Amino acid sequence: MSEIATALGGARSDGLCTVCEVPPLGMIQIRADLGATAVRDAVAEGAGVAVPDVLRATTEQGRTLCWFSPDEVLLILPRGEAPSALSALAEAMEGHHHLAADVSDMRAVLRVEGRAVRDVLAKLTPADMAPGAFPPGSVRRTRLGQIAAAVRMVEDETVEILCFRSVARYAFDLMTEAAREGGAVGYFDREA
Amino acid sequence: MLILTCPYCGVAADETELAPGGEAHLTREGPGSDDDAFAGYLFHRENPKGVHFERWRHAMGCGKWFHAARCTVTLEVFGTYAAQVTEPPRAIRDAVSARRPGWRWRDLT
Repeated sequence: MSEIATALGGARSDGLCTVCEVPPLGMIQIRADLGATAVRDAVAEGAGVAVPDVLRATTEQGRTLCWFSPDEVLLILPRGEAPSALSALAEAMEGHHHLAADVSDMRAVLRVEGRAVRDVLAKLTPADMAPGAFPPGSVRRTRLGQIAAAVRMVEDETVEILCFRSVARYAFDLMTEAAREGGAVGYFDREA
Repeated sequence: MLILTCPYCGVAADETELAPGGEAHLTREGPGSDDDAFAGYLFHRENPKGVHFERWRHAMGCGKWFHAARCTVTLEVFGTYAAQVTEPPRAIRDAVSARRPGWRWRDLT
């Protein structure tokens, strides 16, 4: 078996926030009519995680389900569990029109940690980064500089950024630059 | 800066998060249509100064197409609504009427 390589080889930078690429994860894209209760239940059963509300993510036992659009969620799980999760989904979703695809290699994930994380992101995205508007557990697909990316507020000072693998270097450099020492904004992080 | 609320995810999306899709509620003329109808579908647009109905796509967000009613002069947004309709719903037309009495767009008033 060939070794799994992430887009940036686990790159890391330190500044106002720490930006690092996370080790390989498993990701399964699920598309189905999430407005139908029976379909939602089937997705939850197959994924092993409750289906999140609009713009939210749910995490259970190391698996996270992110809301992506009215008919799309992304299941993030340990890399090795992807094949079995895919067959569990196929079984649970049988009879419902759906798509479940292993897209583990499609995206890169950056983890950004630090007190200034909201300020740093607000430099790059039109999305409202105020704690009240974007509490932990929120997911927002938006624009980050020149690219599309999903931003997930994991904890109060931790954010995960999902972007296409092809633009991972751009996203990393962009975050690094925005988080460079001396660039503190001090809007959300008043102690800066 | 234009800010439209996506009717699917409820996000008040900034213009840079959206992709414009041109005029709304066009009838797509295909094979079998006469030349005038096809030319109209292809080329003729309202291009109004004032109330307008447009298609937009929440491209950087949930990816869904939707409709917006807005004023091309003031950038005032009267409302946004789902893509699966062939003409603006009553509520949207009422919202436009409240702000622009006597408005006219194609044969809608």
